Amino acid sequence: MTAHTSANVPLEYQTNQNQMNILGFWIFLGAEIVLFSTLFASYFVLEHNTAGGPVGHEIFILKDVLIETFLLLTSSFTCGLAIHAMRNNSKNGLMFWTIITLLFGLGFLYMEINEFIHYIHEGATIQTSGFTAAFFTLLGTHGAHVSFGIVWIALLLIQLAKRGITQVTARKFFIASLYWHFLDVVWIFIFTFVYLKGMVM
Amino acid sequence: MTTVKHGFPWNHLIGFVLSILLTLFAVFIAFETDFSKTVIMWVIGTLAIFQALIQLFMFMHITEGKEGMLNVINIIYSIFLALVIVFGSIWVLTSGHSAIH
Amino acid sequence: MSLDEFFVTGDPLILASQIAIGLTMIGLIALVTYLKRWKWLWSEWFTTVDHKKIGIMYILAGVLMFFRGGVDGLMMKAQTSRPNLEFLDAQHYDEIFTTHGVIMILFMAMPMLIGIMNVVIPLQIGARDVAFPKLNALSFWLFFVAAMLFNVSFVIGGSPDAGWTSYFPLAGKEFTPGVGNNYYAIALQIAGIGTLATGINFIVTIVKMRAPGMTWMKMPMFTWTSLVTSIIIVAAFPIFTVALAYMTLDRLFGTHFFTVAAGGDPMLWLNLFWLWGHPEVYIVVLPAFGMFSEVIATFARKNLYGYKSMVFSVVGIAFLSMLVWVHHFYTMGNSASVNTVFSLTTMMIAIPTGVKIFNWLFTLRKGRIEFSNAMLWSLAFIPCFTIGGVTGVMLAMAAADYQYHNTMFLVAHFHYVLIPGVVFAVFAGLYYWWPKMFGFKLSEKIGKWHFWLFVIGFNLTFMPMFFVGLDGMSRRMYTYSEGLGWEGWLGFSAVGSIVMAAGFAALCYNIYWSFRYAPRDIGNDPWNARTLEWATATPAPHYNFAKIPEVTRLDPYWDMKKKGETGLKKSDLKPVHMPSNSWTPIFLGVAFGVVGFFLVFEWFTLAIISSIGIIIGLVANSFDYDEGYHIPVEELEEEERAWRGDLK
Repeated sequence: MTAHTSANVPLEYQTNQNQMNILGFWIFLGAEIVLFSTLFASYFVLEHNTAGGPVGHEIFILKDVLIETFLLLTSSFTCGLAIHAMRNNSKNGLMFWTIITLLFGLGFLYMEINEFIHYIHEGATIQTSGFTAAFFTLLGTHGAHVSFGIVWIALLLIQLAKRGITQVTARKFFIASLYWHFLDVVWIFIFTFVYLKGMVM
Repeated sequence: MTTVKHGFPWNHLIGFVLSILLTLFAVFIAFETDFSKTVIMWVIGTLAIFQALIQLFMFMHITEGKEGMLNVINIIYSIFLALVIVFGSIWVLTSGHSAIH
Repeated sequence: MSLDEFFVTGDPLILASQIAIGLTMIGLIALVTYLKRWKWLWSEWFTTVDHKKIGIMYILAGVLMFFRGGVDGLMMKAQTSRPNLEFLDAQHYDEIFTTHGVIMILFMAMPMLIGIMNVVIPLQIGARDVAFPKLNALSFWLFFVAAMLFNVSFVIGGSPDAGWTSYFPLAGKEFTPGVGNNYYAIALQIAGIGTLATGINFIVTIVKMRAPGMTWMKMPMFTWTSLVTSIIIVAAFPIFTVALAYMTLDRLFGTHFFTVAAGGDPMLWLNLFWLWGHPEVYIVVLPAFGMFSEVIATFARKNLYGYKSMVFSVVGIAFLSMLVWVHHFYTMGNSASVNTVFSLTTMMIAIPTGVKIFNWLFTLRKGRIEFSNAMLWSLAFIPCFTIGGVTGVMLAMAAADYQYHNTMFLVAHFHYVLIPGVVFAVFAGLYYWWPKMFGFKLSEKIGKWHFWLFVIGFNLTFMPMFFVGLDGMSRRMYTYSEGLGWEGWLGFSAVGSIVMAAGFAALCYNIYWSFRYAPRDIGNDPWNARTLEWATATPAPHYNFAKIPEVTRLDPYWDMKKKGETGLKKSDLKPVHMPSNSWTPIFLGVAFGVVGFFLVFEWFTLAIISSIGIIIGLVANSFDYDEGYHIPVEELEEEERAWRGDLK
């Protein structure tokens, strides 16, 4: 595709192909919304079916969940700063904030894995009941998305180091940032409708 | 090459502070108040939606680009689908004889 | 696992198939090697990102799957042709109706329609390719690998046998312990990923790549219906992804999503399956509606009647299609209010569909109708589909549905919807767009045989099912006793299926005959058509359009012909940018297939090791910065002169 450059348009929007990729990714996020809402719907249907196994409020630990939430919220913020740096054409800023974002992401994953180990010790494995199946699948799908995102963005960092901020790398980073923010949105709903709801009701 | 310099990212900072505050507020509502469970769920549910909107508008810049309008329509349609799937499934599977209790 | 557990043994029919498959594979490999075509196959087809070639591969695979699903259908009809026949046993019959359903919907209807969309849509909107050509190739290879994985089940490991809907608890490990249903869960998952990618790809293509001047209300109807189908794909397939993931977890990892005893809910499967499954019906039927619209407008020599109402009804169908899923399981014991609401939404969806039927009829009114084969299929569609639609309204009434539910009446109904609505459309589309793909027409004369045999056979096969259904015959019965009054109907039905098969054979012969003997000098516009795909050479050059056309109204090519603006100025030619071929799509497809195969057999170590292949493919793709190539003006000029004569 030919590159139309214009001073006012951010780099990632500057070619038609870039615009198409970004639009396509938004549509993919629409599909992700459907995917996660299906997981949520199944969770809501099955959450009371504990079949004698542990119930949500018996095993959830508010402190750990809050730490996970703050880690992910902060990573979403630093991810925004990374894109801000990218739009100021600061390769080092983009690099720096992206690495910070990934570190927060890794911290989140560490906490989540510990959380899962804790549940398994409490006798709640994915095979225990309808509730645990839906719970672990919802959480696990989100966690798998975070893991995938970390690997993906790490690969982008290599490309950034090699090529600098170009129309293509800018587009890739921008799309990855959409993905990362989206995972934060999903987590907000998990936090509210799985953890808080489970502990309150 | 874009020459416009963007200043301090106030937008992001405000969004971040708001999302932290909203999270803490939700925890406060859930554990430190005497509202009925239904009220609590409505309030923290609304807070969650606000947080999602903060992410969409302040971090993801949903209205940006040539297709801003389409992005908004796409997300609204996806939310419609999400509501149909969530409330539809709950309704279909927990009313009538199909309910397992 | 010993070898005789790995291969399905003990059935002479399957043994014969195993030998036939083995010999065919050896034969094909030998043939390609003998003709020295491996390199050609690799560089022209396996690694191609050209939407037209991908479309042709989809259609080829679809025809193959039609054959496979058709043989399943014929075997079912043979088994039930007389009472107490022992041609197939109950188990074999279960397997065959399962694979028949899955293959016909997901591996025949979908690829046929997506194939035609691939060939036509970019041309129809005046674009050079789809938005993401490489992703498009990946979609195809995922579909193809999934189809092969699913098909191999009947010789290796055993076929799925819980019906195409695979309801729990029957489809669970407890009642279906073999690997058959693992094939279902995993092959459909792989195909689903590809389909979702296709949906996204076509939405972006249609939104962003239309020729200048082609506003929303100047888009051809097939483009509109393809857009809406793509939207429904993106809306519905993730639900199926989740449902299949649950099925996989339940079967492979012992979770309890659908097991009542441990707090699961088998109705959750039904709910999720049909949340996807009903929109899926519209996913396959809407592109078909678009094709009929193009064909009818072309051969009635009129523009489509009620274009705007057509657009609104397509959008309305898309919206309502997400709100009717419960009508597939009224009898599960919902509350009366659930059944009432879904009855109403279901009946409402008949309204936009009715609008479309009337629009086609009014398009025909006072038209100068040309009875070409494509047009014959469209004309046969209208009454046959109406029968399917009207019986659908009968089934939509929840109270009455308790009588019809899971009877042959239902089977007859959905065959009357899907065969006219999809298969007739695919045939119409193939006859209509065949020249666009290959540069010659299919024989109209042999085509008449194809048409009459298939349509008569279709009605003979499925009309009797309405009556046996009302007489109480439930679906999926592998045999029945004498004296129930069904023998006559089912005998007719079996004969009808042979007539239908003869129709399909006529199509195959037509393709063979036309490849060898059909005239090649048909010009670029053999049907005197109206839309942009005919404004370029036939078959379309790999760059589609030397110069992107400009659109001022609906039916732009008709307009250009009337104004005499179909020519091309030499000064308008500029180098054309094209995407390069890529090995990653086929590589990723095969990698997914290998991992899927190991998962089917629950060989987890091998699955994890081989998933390295997927990672390699994804990483290679991320690091691929190939920017394609440009076709120089001289080459364009030469190709355009070849069919236009001199340029202006």
